[in-house]
Amino acid sequence: MRIYAIFVYLFLYIPIGIIALFSFNAGRHASQLQGLSTQWYGKALSNPFVMDALETSLIVAFVSAICASVFGTMAAVALQGIRGPIRVVFDLLIYVAVMIPGIVIGIATLIGLVTLFDQLNPLVASLWPTDAPPKFSMGYGSLIAAHTLFTMSLVIIIIRARLAGMDRALTEASSDLYATPLGTFRQVTLPLILPAILAGFLLSFTFSFDDFIIAFFVAGSETTLPIYVFSSIRRGVTPEINAIGTMVLAVSLVLLITAQLLLRNGKSRT
Amino acid sequence: MTQRGRNLVLLAPAGAWFLVMLVVPLTVVLIFSFGERGAAGGYVPAFTLDQYANLPARWTAFKNTLILAPVGTLAALLIAYPLAYFLAVRADPKWKTLLLVLVIVPFWTSILIRSYAWIFILGGRGIPALLDWIGIGGVRLINTPFSVLVGIAYGYLPLMVFPIFVNLDRLDKRLLEASSDLGAPPWRTFLQVTLPMSLPGVATGCLLVFILLMGEFLIPALLGGGKVFFVGNALVDLFLQSRNWAFGSAVAATLVAIMLVTVTAYMRLIRRLGAQREDVSLM
Repeated sequence: MRIYAIFVYLFLYIPIGIIALFSFNAGRHASQLQGLSTQWYGKALSNPFVMDALETSLIVAFVSAICASVFGTMAAVALQGIRGPIRVVFDLLIYVAVMIPGIVIGIATLIGLVTLFDQLNPLVASLWPTDAPPKFSMGYGSLIAAHTLFTMSLVIIIIRARLAGMDRALTEASSDLYATPLGTFRQVTLPLILPAILAGFLLSFTFSFDDFIIAFFVAGSETTLPIYVFSSIRRGVTPEINAIGTMVLAVSLVLLITAQLLLRNGKSRT
Repeated sequence: MTQRGRNLVLLAPAGAWFLVMLVVPLTVVLIFSFGERGAAGGYVPAFTLDQYANLPARWTAFKNTLILAPVGTLAALLIAYPLAYFLAVRADPKWKTLLLVLVIVPFWTSILIRSYAWIFILGGRGIPALLDWIGIGGVRLINTPFSVLVGIAYGYLPLMVFPIFVNLDRLDKRLLEASSDLGAPPWRTFLQVTLPMSLPGVATGCLLVFILLMGEFLIPALLGGGKVFFVGNALVDLFLQSRNWAFGSAVAATLVAIMLVTVTAYMRLIRRLGAQREDVSLM
């Protein structure tokens, strides 16, 4: 049994280890180890295409994770106190948003937004006072909006689980002691769900940062880091991709472990 | 403001998001699937079933998906179950959490990079080179259904382990002791006690993996090399290369419909099996 488990862990981690090992390859061939060096990290970090893609990915991940945490928390808290059809509709929407394949979300967002923009742009142009009206197009906005759809649903699920495990008597006591609803939220609910919100933020960030398939459809002329890596792999395997891959994995690992610790600490305190 | 009014205000941004980014786009896909292709790509409004009639043109993609998704799910299950069992029943409680986290963490890291790793391992200079060295030459692994299955099992293993683990972990260990006290050999305890009681976790794991696999694009794109492709690859081709939005929408709508039907049928089946088991245990 234990030997089997060791094999499965090797199966899970050897591929990651190989990527990391070959990223330190001194040679130019991706699959032949010729001494160790950090030159590919230097090359990757001084490649303007990589840095542009990284910047896009970081901005999109950060903004969408903020939107997801704020709106997701608001919705989760509100859903606690709501019964009836509105709640049923929201439960259904959250379920659909999480369950539907990412590729379908990507396609739907692409043709939905392009159709919408085709209607909006002439309208805006006709109303705009000058000759250079703003033009809606796919890019940062559509990336952030599409990622937020999925991650917001994720945040709602995480925070509702946390709220469900919370003692209701605490908020009741708070309002019996004449705290305003906002006061109760700030001083009782928020401190209790804060670890879950932070964990939700980190998971959202990681999801957005790593997402390829949705971004592939909705990125427009922008390039995120996964899109860059995918098109590089298509052109051939290079040690530079190994270096980028190792850095991406390292960033996700740090964020994930932080998220896990937050969720765990939050649980043990109540 | 009343409590209800306040809740509605709090729900407004999420509601608007769902409406604009989920309900409207999915409706557009459905509408487009009844339309026609424009001369320069894109979409021309119409009401026709032509796109659906044309579905057999992408039959191979549907066939591959409908074969490899269940087979991949099964492969992930076969690898995951013993590990979940080990973690829940046999592992030292001190290490349990850490070991579980080590299984889950890869799932949240980039599937792109993790699948890419297998291009390395299964490619010409990886395992085939090793086999060649010990005398087994001419083995080709990459760009075959096998390499796609390896990628699937590898990528979705964590998602399969987790629900089975949760289920086995909650299982009352005294049942296992009772079974062996009553003289059942370990394999019988496993077959008659552990396995039936862990079926809900198995069902959840299979469902999650199967759903994600139905929409898979990356693993076949990287490890199937254009020879083994899924519906997801057909969709990328239709929307981003040939820009045939009407037909693409019909393919996407069909994919979602197949998913809904199989998932509903599967859940019914599981529920019926579950109900039967309860009947038995009542006697």
